Amino acid sequence: MQAFAKAFWKAPITAKFGVLAITVYVLTAVFAPLLAPYGQFQVVGSQYLPWSAAHPLGTDNLGRDMLSRIIFGARNTVSIALIATILTFLLGTVTGFIAATLGGWADQVLSRLVDSLMAIPTLIFGLMLLTVFGTSIPVLICVIALLESTRVYRLARAVAMNIVVMDYVEAARLRGEGLWWIMTREVLPNALSPLAAEFGLRFCFVFLFISALSFLGLGIQPPTADWGSMVRENATLISFGDPTPLIPAGAIALLTVAVNFVVDWFLYHTSGLKD
Amino acid sequence: MRQILTLVAQRLALGLLILFIVSIIIAFVVELLPGDTCQALMGQSATPETVQACRAELGLNRSAPLRYLDWITGMLTGDMGSSLANGRPISDLLGTRLGNTFFLAGLAAAIAVPLAITLGVAAALYRDSLFDRGVNVATLTSISFPEFFVAYILIYLLAVQAGWFPGISNVSGGDVGFGDRVYRTLLPALTLTLVVTAHMMRMTRAAIINLMASPYIEMARLKGIRRRRIIVKHALPNALSPIINVVAINLAYLIVGVVVVEVVFVYPGLGQLLVDSVSKRDMPVIQAGSMIFAAVYVLLNLTADVLSIVTNPRLLHRR
Repeated sequence: MQAFAKAFWKAPITAKFGVLAITVYVLTAVFAPLLAPYGQFQVVGSQYLPWSAAHPLGTDNLGRDMLSRIIFGARNTVSIALIATILTFLLGTVTGFIAATLGGWADQVLSRLVDSLMAIPTLIFGLMLLTVFGTSIPVLICVIALLESTRVYRLARAVAMNIVVMDYVEAARLRGEGLWWIMTREVLPNALSPLAAEFGLRFCFVFLFISALSFLGLGIQPPTADWGSMVRENATLISFGDPTPLIPAGAIALLTVAVNFVVDWFLYHTSGLKD
Repeated sequence: MRQILTLVAQRLALGLLILFIVSIIIAFVVELLPGDTCQALMGQSATPETVQACRAELGLNRSAPLRYLDWITGMLTGDMGSSLANGRPISDLLGTRLGNTFFLAGLAAAIAVPLAITLGVAAALYRDSLFDRGVNVATLTSISFPEFFVAYILIYLLAVQAGWFPGISNVSGGDVGFGDRVYRTLLPALTLTLVVTAHMMRMTRAAIINLMASPYIEMARLKGIRRRRIIVKHALPNALSPIINVVAINLAYLIVGVVVVEVVFVYPGLGQLLVDSVSKRDMPVIQAGSMIFAAVYVLLNLTADVLSIVTNPRLLHRR
């Protein structure tokens, strides 16, 4: 903890800003019901009210309080993105490690499958899959996990490839350890640092992907408060010169920027580029 | 030279194979839909007899591989079936929209590619200067922005506040001249430029800086050549292969990233059509549109591969 505090103190200003912003987001998400002046589904006035003391950011297209929905959006959007990223990682690293550890035809089959999935643009494939399977939150999470895990697979396989040729893995194999042991006890601990950086980056991509889908009307469905769909629902305000819809969009942008800054710092720190 | 041709031929064959697999995946996903085109077409009024008749008419009562063959030959010959929503042939719907999408992506590429390479070379030239660091933070930031955020900021600033550009890109009405067309498309094109420039620029900078440690660059430096000349004449040609690669990948992204931007600007392109069809569950249009997007994406990535082989100096001058 002290080492972390020391490293943090010496971190560049961008990383400090990133850590601070992420903390604020997490606190907002956790304490959303306490912070928000109104409920997220509660209709509190007429549509598109301007900014006022009672409604600091006005009301939306159905007369719900904008500020409250943005605060609840932190909880909904971020938690769904986080779950999707974790699932993406489980799927990607497990298959990637299996491919690297087993090698041979298992590697060939998995890699060719991933190659063909990656050849289809993610957003287009996502749109197709969501049309076919419908747009509920579990389906959304699974579709995103499937599509994004291909990228994690690539990295996990590449990293593990360099580890499975090490002598200690050979020793473990000769001891007769099983596939699961080798993956979790030998490969995983040595692959943690690139995977941790990838987790941050992947979270950004998943988060942006969900937001784009929500913006197109296929992601998190109304009436759940979600930043992407809030931009879509209130976009007309912009042409009247009211910048309110930029706030949820900005909230998305700020979180991704913050995570990127922290990942950048982390990569710099672990890659030994400290000259 | 022979070596390059073999490599290129291998790449092309692999690309065709991937395209084939992609078409199978897209056809297969549609098979997963509960019900079929005929049930969707007739809706509530379907009786078993009419559904049967319709299936016979559209050839849906045949086996899946045969239907796939029909679909793929149709796609190749330009006969893509007709839309469920309005019964019009899909090729009519796609024709002008595809042109519009390519126009938008082309305009964005024409701005973004020179800009990104110039900025990248400049950042490498003035490495670790204030300019370099500023560009680094700016690009990292713009990578993290969702497309619609960039788009709405531009609309808010340039269309609503300043009033320089129209907030909606209406290029379909009547005959719009080329200049006027560029003007109306400029705002979405600028959005796309901001989205893709960052990545290309970072890669250009990284590719050049990677080379700066190599012995021949040190030699050039010891000969007393100026830094600008070293980078432009000595480093850039060797960095060309990774740069071209990342440019082509970003062009492929342009075609896809276009979907969100088209929706924001109500631009009559393929992406807009695709999103509309998704909300109407118009499966034949989605299938055809996805296939076209996927094909362009695969072809551009293939071009990236081939170009980076062809421009690799090590392969060109192997005795």
